[in-house]
Amino acid sequence: MRALERKLLRDLSRLKGQGFTIALVVAAGIAAYVSTLSVYRSLSESQRAYYERSRFADVFVRLERAPDALLERLEVLPGVAEVEARQVEDVTLDMPGLPEPVVGRILSVPGSGAPPRLNQLHLRRGRWVEPGRANEVLVNEGFAKAHRLEPGDTVMALVNGRRVALRVVGVVLSPEYIFALAPGSLFDDDRRFGIFWMDRDTLASAFRMEGAFNDLVVRLAPGARAEDVVAALDRELVPYGGFGAYPRARQTSDRFVSNEIVQLRANATIVPLIFLGVAAFLVNVVLSRVVGTQREQIAALKALGYSNGALAAHYLELVGVVVGLGSLLGVALGAWMGRALLGVYMDVFRFPLLAYRLDAGMVAGAVLVSAVSASVGALAAVRQTVRLPPAEAMRPAAPPSYRPTPLERVGFHALFSQGGRMVLRDLERRPWRLLLTSLGIALAVAILIVGRFSGDALRYLMDVQYGQVQREDLAVAFTKSVPDRARRELEMIPGVRHTEPMRVVPVRLVAGPRRYETAIQGLPPEGGLRRVMDTEGRPVPLRGEGLLLGTELARRLGVGLGDAVRVEVLDAGRTVRDARVTGLVEEWLGTSAYMDLTELARLVGDDRVITGATLVVDRAQQDGVYARLKALPWVASVTRADLAKELFREQSERFLTVLTFILGAFASAIAVGIVYNNARVALAVRSRDLATLRVLGFTRREISLVLLGEMAVGLLLALPLGMVLGKLFAEWVARAAVDSELYRIPAIVAPPTYATAVLVVLVAGILSALLVRRRLDHLDLIGVLKTRE
Amino acid sequence: MDVVATPMPGNAPRPVLATEGLTKVYRMGEVDVHALRGVDFQLAEGEFVVLLGASGSGKSTLLNILGGLDVPTSGRVFYREQELTHADERALTRYRREHVGFVFQFYNLIPSLTARENVALVTDISPNPLAPEEALSLVGLGTRLDHFPSQLSGGEQQRVALARAIARRPDILLCDEPTGALDAKTGTAVLEVIARINRELGTTTAVITHNAPIAQMADRVVTLADGRIAGEHRNTEKKAPGELSW
Repeated sequence: MRALERKLLRDLSRLKGQGFTIALVVAAGIAAYVSTLSVYRSLSESQRAYYERSRFADVFVRLERAPDALLERLEVLPGVAEVEARQVEDVTLDMPGLPEPVVGRILSVPGSGAPPRLNQLHLRRGRWVEPGRANEVLVNEGFAKAHRLEPGDTVMALVNGRRVALRVVGVVLSPEYIFALAPGSLFDDDRRFGIFWMDRDTLASAFRMEGAFNDLVVRLAPGARAEDVVAALDRELVPYGGFGAYPRARQTSDRFVSNEIVQLRANATIVPLIFLGVAAFLVNVVLSRVVGTQREQIAALKALGYSNGALAAHYLELVGVVVGLGSLLGVALGAWMGRALLGVYMDVFRFPLLAYRLDAGMVAGAVLVSAVSASVGALAAVRQTVRLPPAEAMRPAAPPSYRPTPLERVGFHALFSQGGRMVLRDLERRPWRLLLTSLGIALAVAILIVGRFSGDALRYLMDVQYGQVQREDLAVAFTKSVPDRARRELEMIPGVRHTEPMRVVPVRLVAGPRRYETAIQGLPPEGGLRRVMDTEGRPVPLRGEGLLLGTELARRLGVGLGDAVRVEVLDAGRTVRDARVTGLVEEWLGTSAYMDLTELARLVGDDRVITGATLVVDRAQQDGVYARLKALPWVASVTRADLAKELFREQSERFLTVLTFILGAFASAIAVGIVYNNARVALAVRSRDLATLRVLGFTRREISLVLLGEMAVGLLLALPLGMVLGKLFAEWVARAAVDSELYRIPAIVAPPTYATAVLVVLVAGILSALLVRRRLDHLDLIGVLKTRE
Repeated sequence: MDVVATPMPGNAPRPVLATEGLTKVYRMGEVDVHALRGVDFQLAEGEFVVLLGASGSGKSTLLNILGGLDVPTSGRVFYREQELTHADERALTRYRREHVGFVFQFYNLIPSLTARENVALVTDISPNPLAPEEALSLVGLGTRLDHFPSQLSGGEQQRVALARAIARRPDILLCDEPTGALDAKTGTAVLEVIARINRELGTTTAVITHNAPIAQMADRVVTLADGRIAGEHRNTEKKAPGELSW
């Protein structure tokens, strides 16, 4: 080994504390990068492969009823490669162990016993349904797992008013339900949403749909545009009650899965950049100091004939070893975290195969990115080495020039002790270092805030949605429109204290060139169970013939208060009317329009019918109410308001705890890295001053102030800065990261989140400062004074 | 002291190093320092020259320029036929690497390397070096090869620096106050090694000191004051370091 390499190793062992803390920051960045990127690749690749293998459809459309003969016409529409007609029915299930009715969806598979051509199913267990055998079904794996269903088991369903025992013969996965979300639900809940596939002839006879279909899936011809086919289908299906065709990107399952994938990709960029930026800063601070203390060694090496290039390489190697170690640690940690994260997704997203992918390219990319960032940090320090003419380096550096601080200049000398002045003058001499230090620590605070803020936001959203907007105990949806007096039947159920009517009309809203498919919710103006709130959080009265729009919907339509909107009712009648926007409402979930129930009936031109009801029930008699609701043939689904809150708590809190822990560890790595390294550097620069002060009679406490004062100032500046940055990041994430049609996230950061972030970083900072302070106890007073500066 | 300028004898060996009208101005913080104000100096093959002068007289600056550690503000420098005046960083590095051995007042050893490794720093990058062990034996440290600088006395550290300087078999040995940080006894030992290297290896040697008696061991003594050559004389009789009293 060459002598210069030996020097490298010995320097490294002397700098191990600082090297280690920098390596940790690098490791955190690389781990974040590798874990999110590998999971992103795994998910997107699994999605792509699964869609291709299962021939997942490109365009979807639901309609009321159309004859099979229509298919011939649809098949020859330009851009259409393949069309498959299906029947899709929602039924009520009676599951043992669950008092409330459960939503079941039954999709038809071709009556010939052949598998579907599009959206092909993946059989996990059991066998295919046999044509002609009544009531045999395939069930989705999520529901089967949640209820421990095996081939041979039966499930009780209310099919068009009759209780039918569905016999499970196989367990399957479908590309349509990678993420299974029950209609109108926010959280996936495998216990309360079951998906079944049944022989088409059997299903058709149960719902009197022989020779007809009510659902269509379409595969595009190569090069065809989805929008064109959507428009053509909509035109063709008007007489058959088409609810509006939509491309794959708006299919519920794809939307959630793709949204998650997009978020992962964003995370794979932003978070690592923060960490690697901090690492670059630390490399710069520490290496500048190393180069500073080795000034004379550099001069001697140059005098001995070492070239600038050789010395630059020497110090870059030093950085290279630290960053290399950090990268290795980060890749290992990232692979482990990635696997764990993918495990979480496996519980939520049902792919036939979800393999973890971590390839050499990703690892090489990670190492390269960290090497580049560290080199950026090292560059200035190394240039310092190279630039130093050897003869000049041989002489001790001229004393740095200090000036009195502005406060002192205007006459406030007495405010500071000598120690305080040393700190302040140092800060003034290098304001950039103070700024970067504070910024780095502030980023640690901000990372913690962003990590926890989604919990705050969702909690707020839940409180608003289920405390102020939806105040019922149960929401019942009907299979069809019924006269309002049908509510009587609900009110007669023992335990039902109060009911209010509800009507949902699927519509297309048109304003100029913009159009949007949604539903108008008709609510009683005198009602108190469902309310709409304005942007200030006050209830908005539903009066008059006007339309109330959610702010997101208004934005998408480009309309405001008083503007006219054309309403096309999406049913066989295709009524078209004009309405005026009389109010804007704050809406976190979905994109809806609202109207007075009576006015809605007038608008669409029929009687006051309802499609659902909201109920207040006596908690003690709840199970009895469920039992009676299950028996009503026109009840399609029953939604418990408290369940959403419960599911939210179950699913998010555990996840948030883990996330907080990981981000806390990462943020601590930053705080420790910055505070420890800066303090070590301060100690190296000042050990002579500090020893002199000790000889003059200063106490350890007093010299600690001089040593750690700069860090304390940096830390104290960083905390408020970090809170502001955290809030800004949260607002940015809230705006950018979610599919704003499905839901919006309020940029709410709760005080405990701020407190946790500040506390974690403060503790990490103080601990690492104390670690350095301990070294003051070992200050060699005589030795330090003897050595030549 | 005898300060009569002695002209170079006609049959003197040709100069290894020569300067013409050398000046050097530094900016130290916010002050201009005129370190050299026009120096004409020559160093002949195999010669042992002592540069005498008070602190601030410019002798270190002259030595640094001669050794390719620094460049003059004006004037010219030659190594044999090669002009170093406008040489770039790369050329100066090569010059130092191939021809010059340095010894500094404060040794400038790398603290994290042992005696042997400090010498190896030079032998690693030189074409035809002595073995580090051999160089250290020459300075009488053959038994302390694996000691770190912190485990060596000042005299020993300076001898390591000396071994490091001669290990590449330099053409010129430049010593800046080699005994400045040492007591008389250890200083003498270091000077004896320098004298022996000059005598036995024929290495052209220049030693800077502010310590006048040391001048008696040189072939020629050049005195600097205030950035100029103030005097020069030749010793008719060289004394051995052990005979000096200081």
